[in-house]
Amino acid sequence: MAISGTEREEFEKQLEAYVGIDIGLEDQGRDPVNAAMVRHWCEAMGDGCGAYTDPVQAAASVHGELVAPPTMLQAWILGGVSMASGESDPRDKQKELHRLFDSKGFTGVVATNTEQEYTRYLKMGDEICAKTVIESISEQKATGLGIGYFINTRTTFRDQNDEEVGWLTFRVLKFEIAEASASSSDESSVTPSRPQRLKPALGHDNAWWWDCVEKDELAIQRCSSCHALRHPPRPMCGECQASDWDFVFSTGQGTIYSFVVIRHPEVPGYTYPLVVAVVELEEGTRFVGNVLDIDPAEVEVGMSVQASIELVDDEMKLPVFRRAQ
Amino acid sequence: MPTTLKDEAAIVGIGETEYSKNSGRSELALAAEACRAAIADAGLTPADIDGMTTFTMDNTDEIEVARAVGVGDLTFFSRTPHGGGAAIGVMHQAVMAVATGSAKAVVVYRALNGRSGARYSEGVSGGPTTSDLIHWSWYMPSGLMTPASWVAMVTQRYMHETGCTSEDLAEVCIAQREHAIKNPRAFFHGKPLTLEEHQAARHIVEPLRLYDCCQETDGGAACVVVSPEMARDLPNPPALIRAVAQGAGAHQESMTSFYRPTMTDLPEVDLSARQCWEISGLTADDIDAAVIYDAFSSIVLWQLESYGFCKKGEAADFIRDGALRLGGRLPTNTHGGQLSEAYVHGMNGVNEGVRLIRGTSTSQPAKNEHVLVTAGVGVPTSGMILGQA
Repeated sequence: MAISGTEREEFEKQLEAYVGIDIGLEDQGRDPVNAAMVRHWCEAMGDGCGAYTDPVQAAASVHGELVAPPTMLQAWILGGVSMASGESDPRDKQKELHRLFDSKGFTGVVATNTEQEYTRYLKMGDEICAKTVIESISEQKATGLGIGYFINTRTTFRDQNDEEVGWLTFRVLKFEIAEASASSSDESSVTPSRPQRLKPALGHDNAWWWDCVEKDELAIQRCSSCHALRHPPRPMCGECQASDWDFVFSTGQGTIYSFVVIRHPEVPGYTYPLVVAVVELEEGTRFVGNVLDIDPAEVEVGMSVQASIELVDDEMKLPVFRRAQ
Repeated sequence: MPTTLKDEAAIVGIGETEYSKNSGRSELALAAEACRAAIADAGLTPADIDGMTTFTMDNTDEIEVARAVGVGDLTFFSRTPHGGGAAIGVMHQAVMAVATGSAKAVVVYRALNGRSGARYSEGVSGGPTTSDLIHWSWYMPSGLMTPASWVAMVTQRYMHETGCTSEDLAEVCIAQREHAIKNPRAFFHGKPLTLEEHQAARHIVEPLRLYDCCQETDGGAACVVVSPEMARDLPNPPALIRAVAQGAGAHQESMTSFYRPTMTDLPEVDLSARQCWEISGLTADDIDAAVIYDAFSSIVLWQLESYGFCKKGEAADFIRDGALRLGGRLPTNTHGGQLSEAYVHGMNGVNEGVRLIRGTSTSQPAKNEHVLVTAGVGVPTSGMILGQA
């Protein structure tokens, strides 16, 4: 369990003290920007751009000389193999912060995203150094990996003239690793899956209808007494108050009575813009569903559509409509 | 015992918090501040209050607010369902309580962290399996789960049937923004809106664009309802409640009444309107200004029709020449409305109705004998007529 109460309050106060501080280390590139490291990088990355590796092509390019790939920026200041040794400089405030998280049970760490901006191309001989600041620490978040905090750092890169040549932000999640569940064979509990659509809540009054959908049928409830059709289903006939009912299957043919094109907000599991229509089925009842495979600008009231029942994500079948042929 | 609710109660105090995007405090704090301000404005003390009412969607219990504000014994407390449809339903509750003697002084309140807390724009999702959740389950799988999407569906059909255009909707937004410009409480205070800006703004759910949708606001609003007799001894000019009524219509769903023979018929609004006129003995011609519930621009048009300011389907023509603006036939949402002042579920509109009667609106029409105040559309709803005592 994640810490709570006053322990959490005190911990978060300790965290606040780290926000905005320089991590205390100035990283100076061990080597000036040089053709050998650029060539190794380009070979490893599969980047064949002549301006990086071929002096002749580079001379003819807009650069007029060899330059380094911009995305290589951080490579110039990384510590090399010693970074993996686990030993760290005692002055490193970032490591200190991570140890503080570790001590409260947030031992997991995962890099989540980075943004970079490059001010200019680096040339052979440029000498690069970098400073890193802890920019922010999020409030406690419940994530798919577990409860934790996001730490944002910003590294600014400068050249031998103390001019900024680019920056990089880096975000990591320090989280409490969820205890392995007893039934570790249940892979679905640990395998992240893509988001799915919201599923219907099922109860006495609607589960039967969704059962029909599973069998690829679009059902319409019918009063057993007066035979009036009704949708959405409900337990009593509004016309004659009879409680008995059965159902018929719709042909799925209908016309669009009204529709919308949803653009905001974008909910995970759905594809936008999302067309949703109220369709008047030929049986006379209306049904709300998506209209697929059509430019939203072409949808109009009165358009003939045909329903089919399809998987709309990995898990759920739903009646959807397309323009009738 | 009265046989109608005509002139049985008056609003004598109004109060509200600031309206913001991040209140930095609890909804209870907002409710308590709004109630305290309303009670003070009424010239009363918390000990005078013996009734409290709010929305079912309010997260703060009456007794929590009562404890916070220092209200003692309560002989009446109640809740009204259906989101913004309750905006005048709560007034109906208060008037009934006062008219029947169930309470002498009722505080009506609504407070929400609508932006920094739970945001309605994020839509409906899980929860216990109630009939309400089964209802939403007909729409969630297809992605139709926000108020904008539900109202857009009816708006599309309305535009198809009447020829109303997005430019017509813009006139509602622009007229209200003209009012908000002068209202320091309004989020859009001092910020005009042009037709070009309205049309250039992104669609939220077609056919509704950004400015056709109300804001999300942190804030609270409250008012105090007492008998007309008690009102006479209090400092502010009372806003007499000439009529108040609720209405739910045939084939009513909450926001998704898509299955009516004619989707654009709004029998619940017609029903609230009919009762308001019957109880008050007034007609639309007697109304000098209005606070018309505006979660979305299009619903203002429909209510103008239901309340008889114009014929069905002709609201766009009615407003085209500035009827909603100051100096027009029906200055409407003179605070800027929920589009441009704040979204406090219509309770800020109740307070603006009182200001119109008092003559203290920042966009005050010259004539202010009778003011219409309405509630949410697409849900069971409510309306009231305020008048000068």
